[in-house]
Amino acid sequence: MVTYQSDLQLDALGDRTRRAIFERLAQGPLPVAEIARGLPVSRPAVSQHLKVLKSARLVIDRAEGTRRVYQHDAQGIALLKEYFEKFWSEALDAFRIEAERSWAEKSKQRAARPRERKKSS
Amino acid sequence: MTSSDTSVSKTVIVNAPVEHVFEVFTERFDAWWPRSHKIGKADLQTAVLERREGGRWYERDVDGSECEWGRVLAYAPPSRIALSWHLTGNFSYDPDPARASRVDVAFHAETASRTRVELVHSQLDRHGEGWQKLREMVSSQGGWQTILEGFVHEAQAA
Repeated sequence: MVTYQSDLQLDALGDRTRRAIFERLAQGPLPVAEIARGLPVSRPAVSQHLKVLKSARLVIDRAEGTRRVYQHDAQGIALLKEYFEKFWSEALDAFRIEAERSWAEKSKQRAARPRERKKSS
Repeated sequence: MTSSDTSVSKTVIVNAPVEHVFEVFTERFDAWWPRSHKIGKADLQTAVLERREGGRWYERDVDGSECEWGRVLAYAPPSRIALSWHLTGNFSYDPDPARASRVDVAFHAETASRTRVELVHSQLDRHGEGWQKLREMVSSQGGWQTILEGFVHEAQAA
């Protein structure tokens, strides 16, 4: 079950700086120095944010020589979306069924009307 | 990777004219919105979507209380509706628009009697903590299958 994981993820993204870091990684893998560039926080702070993102399974890291490179954790992100995917496919199924049911009903009523008229005339 | 990482898209084909489909989605919102998708403590009595820009969408529960879900950002019958989703996991309304995600629904007439409905729920990363609780409620009620079966039953009977 992914419940606990997704909760952590949404916590992790509740912070503006972390969200900025997460969005920066949307273009592809980056080393910490590159991630920190232009952000209004210190590099240790960036590392701290990355740690939170990593524990929430939103990013993964690997060593590349002496530096650490971060990138989106595609698998972890998929968990976050899974919930909403399920939510909407179920809701839209119910919607489609109701829309078609009520349309069929309407059409039936409409089809029945001329016949009634003919009978009464 | 793109922004689609934090958005969910769904398309559904409905065998009915676009005006009717739009009407069911909005005016008859309560007729199809699954009963288990709620945030109040009491049972959901009515799900309401106000048909105007700036309106609310919310639930009214059997105990008379109302729980707001968000705002109607755009209302353009019969082609488009946009909603903001302000729910927090604490089952409360979060008025901060910076923490709300967005639901865009487009209605396209494929033929005179067939409509394609495209739904995009975006900016999911804007939600803060506590979603676990909402999801648990939605998934634990087990009501989903029952509700869908109910709809199918009704559809076949009609």
